[in-house]
Amino acid sequence: MKKLTRRDFIRNGGKFALGISIAAGFSSLMTGCEGMGDVAALGSSIASSTGLITQSQANSITRSAKAVARTFEDITPEQEYYIGRSVAAMILARYRPYKKKTPNRYVNLVGQTLAMASDRPETFGGYHFLILDSGDINALSAPGGLIFITRGLLRCCRHEDALASVLAHEIGHVQYQHGLQAINKSRITEAVTVLGTETAKTKTFAGEDLASLTSIFEDSVSDILKTMIDSGYSRKFEFQADDAAITIMERVGYNPSGLIDMLNMMKMRLRPGRGDFAKTHPSPSQRIENARDLIGPYVPVEIVKARQSRFLRALKHI
Amino acid sequence: MKKINLCFLLFLGLAFLYQTGIVTAGTSMSVQVKKAPVRSAPSFFSGKIIKNLAYGNRVAVLSQKGKWIKVAARGATGWMHASALTKKKIIKRAGAGDVEKYARSDEVALAGKGFNKQVEARFMAKNPKISFRWVNRMEAFNVYPSEVRRFLRQGKLSFEGGVQ
Repeated sequence: MKKLTRRDFIRNGGKFALGISIAAGFSSLMTGCEGMGDVAALGSSIASSTGLITQSQANSITRSAKAVARTFEDITPEQEYYIGRSVAAMILARYRPYKKKTPNRYVNLVGQTLAMASDRPETFGGYHFLILDSGDINALSAPGGLIFITRGLLRCCRHEDALASVLAHEIGHVQYQHGLQAINKSRITEAVTVLGTETAKTKTFAGEDLASLTSIFEDSVSDILKTMIDSGYSRKFEFQADDAAITIMERVGYNPSGLIDMLNMMKMRLRPGRGDFAKTHPSPSQRIENARDLIGPYVPVEIVKARQSRFLRALKHI
Repeated sequence: MKKINLCFLLFLGLAFLYQTGIVTAGTSMSVQVKKAPVRSAPSFFSGKIIKNLAYGNRVAVLSQKGKWIKVAARGATGWMHASALTKKKIIKRAGAGDVEKYARSDEVALAGKGFNKQVEARFMAKNPKISFRWVNRMEAFNVYPSEVRRFLRQGKLSFEGGVQ
């Protein structure tokens, strides 16, 4: 009988627990949405009573806000895409792109293949990968699937299976929408109120509303960047991304021990105090321990000649 | 007591269906991504792309295999990955009338509302030093299914890209 790994246990147990929690989830979700509507209702009621708008406009705002609250709280893939683009642009304001075609093309080939094996292969704008010209050991993923990896982290990968583990980990963050979860909830409430007002007035944003919405957008982008670059995601999210990475690697036929190999190399190369993985991630040792629980016994990565030669050919100048 | 048990079992059943994301034949769904192919087989690699659908297009659900949904849309019948679809109806040009109409609906998403191209343009104008040039270049990095097939074969990898 196959030994039950912790991942099997978590998955099977999780399905049951999730089923049980759905009722609670439904009710809390509905409560949350109603709460959003209530904020706008309160605002429009005040505006109406003070004569700023008519009662009919106030009613319209209340109804609109309720509709938008429900859709906006979900943050549609379209909105996620626009948030992701700006997060990516801000990352590229901190890091220079590595412009060589061959390595970028190769990283996209590995990454986009892995993305197809994820639980969320289709995002609004798709998955795209770019190498950053930096010795830092870092990888970052913007919501929606724009994923970055530094030359420093590529140097921690001795084979394609190790590279796959890094890219699949970032795909995991996109799949679980960890970036969007870093946005302060109050911003969503603010945006809903603005949208409620806007939809009651015109089809497009009036100048003032657009300014407010852009300001909330900027703050949301900033929330995500601060979490990704300064404080890091929670340990729970990082381990969840490692779990997704292992699943994706197995589906494609990579050896998940590639993750262990990469983490061991990272352990040797990380310098405490630098603004990279040392600051934002659990230590490689903690991640190795977690990954070993998920994978089971370490099985050394078999070096497949064709796989290794394309890896070395594409990344020889990294 | 029996009634309670039956209700509990029914609830568990419904919860399971919700959690596994099973969709019902005969219902409609909407494309929630910019561009989504309809394929002749439930797989990224085998079969052909029959048609490309656009954001907001409606599809009729025929059946489901794992994460793949068999759909009929715009004269074509084929398979789409569930992540490209939503149960919500997407209204592309929502005005105040639509918002009024769907004010109490949980089944509608309003395209182009919230963080959109207009907001991004304003963000760019406010932050002229932030360049989107490489973001746009990145988005043009695409690989074709035939390249992925060759990549997998050469590397002795085994992903079928199909029903999971």
